[in-house]
Parts: sequence; structure tokens; C-alpha cells
Amino acid sequence: MAFHPAPRQFAAIKTCVFVLALLPFLRLVWGGFADDLGANPLEFITWNTGDWALYFLCMTLAATPLRRLSGWNWLIRLRRMLGLYTFFYAALHFMTFLWFDHFFDVEEMLKDIGKRPFILVGFSAFVLMMPLAITSTNAMVRRMGAKRWQWMHRLIYLIAPLAILHFWWMKAGKHDFEQPIILGAIVSALLLSRVVRAVRNHSRERALPQRPA
Amino acid sequence: MLIQRKPNGIELPYPSEITPRDVFESRRAFMQKIAVGSIAGGALLDMASREAFAAGPAAARKLAVKSNPDYVVLDKQTDYKDATTYNNYYEFGTDKSSPARYAQALKTRPWTVAIEGEVKKPMTLDIDRLLKLAPIEERIYRLRCVEGWSMVIPWAGYSLAELIRKVEPTSNAKYVEFVTVADKSAMNGLRRPVLDWPYTEGLRIDEANHPLTLLTVGMYGEVLPNQNGAPVRIVVPWKYGFKSAKAIVKIRFVRDQPRTAWNLAAPNEYGFYSNVNPQVDHPRWSQASERRIGEDGFFTKKRPTLMFNGYSQVAPLYAGMDLKKYY
Repeated sequence: MAFHPAPRQFAAIKTCVFVLALLPFLRLVWGGFADDLGANPLEFITWNTGDWALYFLCMTLAATPLRRLSGWNWLIRLRRMLGLYTFFYAALHFMTFLWFDHFFDVEEMLKDIGKRPFILVGFSAFVLMMPLAITSTNAMVRRMGAKRWQWMHRLIYLIAPLAILHFWWMKAGKHDFEQPIILGAIVSALLLSRVVRAVRNHSRERALPQRPA
Repeated sequence: MLIQRKPNGIELPYPSEITPRDVFESRRAFMQKIAVGSIAGGALLDMASREAFAAGPAAARKLAVKSNPDYVVLDKQTDYKDATTYNNYYEFGTDKSSPARYAQALKTRPWTVAIEGEVKKPMTLDIDRLLKLAPIEERIYRLRCVEGWSMVIPWAGYSLAELIRKVEPTSNAKYVEFVTVADKSAMNGLRRPVLDWPYTEGLRIDEANHPLTLLTVGMYGEVLPNQNGAPVRIVVPWKYGFKSAKAIVKIRFVRDQPRTAWNLAAPNEYGFYSNVNPQVDHPRWSQASERRIGEDGFFTKKRPTLMFNGYSQVAPLYAGMDLKKYY
């Protein structure tokens, strides 16, 4: 069961993941030029980039629990790339909103965000992701100190529910909850696994002093 | 563009959009020459591409229509392909490409429409009788979806008023309810409780009697493709698209405002009236502008949405009504 790739194998895995993760984007670029995105390509791009941001968010959150379950410690070394891809697709998603919906009229866009809670929620999630993307480099980890860096990156536990809420609210008008339920359940399970672990660790720590010295 | 487009409230095209008559006529002659010379070319290509999105041979789908010059808009018509592959028809799935993929399963013949309720002459009409009830006209209408996109479609049908006259509503008939088909064997979307099936819609009697309200049996000179509401639907061009119920099986004349599918599902988002109104936003998006399918693309801003979708002749129906309250 234990699989520990050699450095060269890991580099190959990482390259593969990088290329695979880029495919949805390349497909949109290709579809855009080949007019292969349906009758309303702008809507398609908007929804598709949003979908992929959510998928990558789930994959990012899955890295740690999966590593604990499988003992594949190298999984953690893919997490940063998955997180950055989450930000990449979220940024594209935001760009479609600014470009297609408001044609780069920032003032109009901000007014729209203020008026519409579902957009405000999605926008907040995106803004909160920015510092995480900026501080994702090794140098930044060193500069901030691992402890502080880790605390800040726990923002993802706030970002994930916001993103799901944004998606849920968007689908609510169409009364179509199948996808939000599935994604919501995945994110809940991934977050819950952390709560369970934290509670377990906590009770173990509390149990420690009671042991005979 | 700063030139005012609506002097005295009349909808005018931009001067730049008007084709000079001689250009128009010479182009028409040119097109005729081309058509004569290469019927096997362009026309066949067009028919072949339609073949892919509609069922049955072209000859059987052809509809004898006479264009009604009173109902023409200057906007560019939406491509047949876009109008028949990008549809909201939840009975076949919530995805916009699903209706084109699955709607062929619905049998649209034989088909009857029952007309009942507060009428002196209730009747059940076979689709063939319905087709002959009045001359079929072609009318080019704008279609504005509540989701913020729009199309321009040449429909074929006649004013619902023609039918209403025949059944003689009583003075109790204040509203008209449209009940649509819910065929579990053909419609996979019915398995999911997205809406309270069957899909129902309704109009106030004066709205139903307005000449713009079209009992529709075709589009683009052909019978309706299934995904667009075959064999008979309603088209109410000044209201959001969902008001225009598809595949109608029953038309009921009633005293009280009927329950309508989307209003039941989300009353704070979709009102009974649902007139196109750029000033009344949907709770989750603005209705001030729209994206015209096939035109407003990557490099153009969305176009402003017009009050009543540009059909200002219906304004008197709502005189004195607070359209923010009765959205």
C-alpha cells in the first residue's frame, strides 16, 4: 500500500497533475476560438470556470485527509499547486464577471456586488483567497514563520463554506440543488474530518497530564 | 450612443441600422439570382443543418405562413441552431442543451387541447383543427429570458384572441390558465421535483386577449421542434420567457388568479405578471441589460433591456399598477 515515489517519479507526477489541471482552461480557449461552447459561450465560460474552482477547492482540501488515510506523505507536496489552481480558476471566474457582465466597469461591478448577496459571498471568497495565493511561496513561509503562515492559511476553512454558499444561492433560483448538495457534502466531510481530528487530539492532550509521571 | 432612440415613446431604429431601399432591393435581386443559381448550395446547406436539430423530413415540417408586417422587429434574427439548441424546458432536464437532446421522445400527434372552465362553449380541439382555426401568421418577436439573455424569433401562429372568441368566455372568466403536458414516459426531468409538475402558467384575461399574445404552432416557417414547445405553445413577447408555456394540453378560463409553476417554486423571485422590466431586478441579478444570443459577444457590452421588452403598446394594460409590487 505504501507508495513513496522517488524524486524523479514525483516530478513526473507533479508535471502530470499540472498539465491535467490546465486542460479545462485549454478546452475553454479552444472552444472559444472554434465556437464550440454552445449558444451562450459567455455563460458557459462563467459557469465552467466557477465549477472548476470548486472542484479544485475540494481537491485541495482533500490532500491532507487523504495523506493521513493513505500514509502517502508526498500528497502534501501537491497541495500548493492544487490551491493555486483553485485560485486560478476562481480568478478566471471573477474575470468573466468583470468582463462579460460589466465590461470592466469597476464602479458598476461594485454596485452590483453590494446589491446581490450571492455575488457578495462569492466575491468575498475570492478576495480572501488572494493573500493565500500571494503567500504561497517558500520564501513567504520562511518570512512569516511556519506557525503564522499556517494560521493564515486556515482562512481556507472560511473560504470553502463561502464558495459553497455562493454556488447554492446561485442554483436556488432554478430550484436545482443536486450539484450544490453533492459539493456541499464533499466540503462538509472534508472539513468535518479536521474537526474530528482536532477534537481527538485535544482529548488526547488533556489525557496526558493524568498519566503517572 | 447618445442619440435618443425613443422620441415620443416610439421605438425607432438607429439611422445606421436602416438599410437604404436601393441597397436592400439590389441585395434581394442578388440573393434571388444566387438562390436560382445554386439552390443545391445554400438552401440545401441550410436545410441540412436544420435536419440535425429537428425531427422528420423537411417537407413534413413545412408550414404555410404569411408574414404579418405589423409584427416585425428590425433586430437580426437568431440563428435557427441557437434557437433550437439553447432551451429551458425542465421536463427534459435543467441543462439548456438537454431539451434538444431528449425532446424527440415526446409524441406530439395525436394531440388535443381541452378548453374548459368559465366558457359558454367548452371544447376539445384536435391539433389539426387548431391549425385551421385561423390563418397562420409569421411574427418576428423578441424573446427575453428572465436569466438575462434574449433572442429574436420568427414565430408562426395566430392571436390567442381568435380562439378565445370561439369559446365565448363568461363574465366570470378573469384569468386564463395554461396546463402543459407531463408525460413521464417521455420526460426524464419529471422525476426530479424541481417544479410542481405539470408546468402551469397563466395570464389575466385582458393579457390573453391582447393581439400580441400568440398561440404558436411554428417557428422559422416550420412546425415547432419539440424542444421549442411542439405542437402548440403560447408566446407572450412582453413577458419573461417562462410565461410562454410549451406543449399545452389544457386552457382553462378561471375566476381567480391561477397558480403558476415558477411563482409556486420561488414566489419572491418570479411573480405572476413577470413583465420584462429593466427597473425591477431579480433578487440575484440585474434585469437592466441582456445578452443577445449570437450577437453580444466577447467585445460588446450587454444591451439595455427595454420596458415590456420594447412592446410599449401593452402599457395601458397596467395603467395605475405598481409594477414593483406586481412584478
